[in-house]
Amino acid sequence: MSGQAAIELTRLTKRYPGSSAPAVDALDLVVPAGEIVALVGPSGCGKTTILKMINRLIEPTEGVIAIDGRPVNELPVHELRRGIGYVIQHTGLFPHKTIGANIGTVPRLLGWDKERIRERVEELVDIVGLEREMLSRYPGALSGGQQQRVGVARALAADPPILLMDEPYSAVDPIVRARLQDELLDLQRRVHKTIVLVTHDVDEAIKLGDRVVILDVGGRLEQAAPPAEVLAQPASDFVADFLGDERGLKRLALITIDEIVPGDGPVVEVGDSADRARTVMDEHHVEWIGVCRDQRLLGWMWGRDLDGTVPDTDLRPFRAVVRPDTTLRTALDGIIGSLTNVAVVEDVDGRYRGMVRVEEISEGVR
Amino acid sequence: MLAANGPDSFVWWAWIPDHADDIREATVQHLQLTFASVSIGFVIAMAMAMTVLRWRRSYTPLAAVAGGLYSIPSLALFGLLVPITGLGFRTALIALTSYTLLILLRNIVEGVDAVPQAVKDAADGMGYEPWRRFVAVDLRLATPAIIGGLRVATVTIIGLVTIAALVGTGGYGAFINDGLSRNFSTPIVVGGALSIAMAVAFDAVFVVLQRLLTPWTRAERGGR
Repeated sequence: MSGQAAIELTRLTKRYPGSSAPAVDALDLVVPAGEIVALVGPSGCGKTTILKMINRLIEPTEGVIAIDGRPVNELPVHELRRGIGYVIQHTGLFPHKTIGANIGTVPRLLGWDKERIRERVEELVDIVGLEREMLSRYPGALSGGQQQRVGVARALAADPPILLMDEPYSAVDPIVRARLQDELLDLQRRVHKTIVLVTHDVDEAIKLGDRVVILDVGGRLEQAAPPAEVLAQPASDFVADFLGDERGLKRLALITIDEIVPGDGPVVEVGDSADRARTVMDEHHVEWIGVCRDQRLLGWMWGRDLDGTVPDTDLRPFRAVVRPDTTLRTALDGIIGSLTNVAVVEDVDGRYRGMVRVEEISEGVR
Repeated sequence: MLAANGPDSFVWWAWIPDHADDIREATVQHLQLTFASVSIGFVIAMAMAMTVLRWRRSYTPLAAVAGGLYSIPSLALFGLLVPITGLGFRTALIALTSYTLLILLRNIVEGVDAVPQAVKDAADGMGYEPWRRFVAVDLRLATPAIIGGLRVATVTIIGLVTIAALVGTGGYGAFINDGLSRNFSTPIVVGGALSIAMAVAFDAVFVVLQRLLTPWTRAERGGR
């Protein structure tokens, strides 16, 4: 298998013997090629069971899982698994093998020659941001975050189109977790894998998922949609509850500045008259004025300090300056911390594009 | 005050070089019986452990059998076997092998059980065939426990081989029996000292083996 692959679950059901309620109940789900789908829900919602049915660590009671239209049980199970990257909680690294040998596991199972494995391992160490000196060490000598990176490198070793990740970051501390999450997103921009990620952390699902799949106990599908949509329109009370407080703030983290329309802002050119500046301030109902020259915003000054013409010296810098890819959450944070109550929007070349106030932000999420 | 060293001394030094050939022969016999019983015991214990790991429910009965054999005093077991298998190597081998089973079975099973579930899951998920996982992951990670078991079993058996001389297997125990029957202390001391030395030497060999075969355990200790 190579390139990209979509995963399709059809009427997928798992019943465990001795339990009347199914663990997963007639689930229909499509994981589009090259996307991250985050399965999230309380314990007992069957999310890990679903994941393990994809690589057949668990066999479904009913239903079909197909990868690129091909049912997974058509392949010998070991071949199937060698074509699917698998990252798990607590990493599952082999403590008795060096980092290099750990990363090279699947290529070795596939019978690659030594030289090719060595080259691939070194490439992966660079990709996941580890150092080559680590290759000869054992996992026990690495920190939790480093071990998790090795786990990802090992899963990517044979360049599988699909990656299954089972609570990959639950065993590392929050700071390392946030960094590893950012690294995964960064990595995904380069490798475009089809990733199914299981988590109990709804914020992780929202941050990492192109689509978020929210499951209730018994594997019932509550909602499957892009994170912004889930936050804006929870399909049920369960989903709304599960998303928790601060849904609005969470949405702000998903929308970027280029998705909203900034205002003009009270801005004049260097050399304009003080009267002109006062008129602009009145129009905007503010006590300060922004000063611009050659499409660049130099800073701002209080209206009471105006005298004669608008100067280009003694200007105060704007505290919040944002770019098109800044999230509204970051912009809002800047706004509430600034005297002017605005965030200045610049394009990637630093040219002035407008100003965003709380009003524009709430307009954007409405 | 210094009496001349002779047959009545606690150790008659001249006796030792005179019996160099006997000592050499006894050493070979002692080693042969130790190796044979530990090796056969290991093979049987491994088969029992694999049965237990496959069918959990067999653990209690198999451990009970191994434990029962272990609890029979060695002299009694030799006594029981002689009428069936006669005097000699075979009788000693059967008895000594049965003593290794409990230690080896328990260490193999517990060693494999101690392999973290996450590691087993990861191995399965990456596409190890079951037998390959068992050998390359489960058993390999159980190596410290298995070597620990072999170490205890070997040292114990070296001691018991001394007693097995009663059924005519030779070894260092033959010197002790000889000395006891003639009220002659030199062979008793020589036989005892040599079996202790052999036990200590093997203990050291296993410590070295452990270090060589499990380099990762040091990484964990020295690591963060």
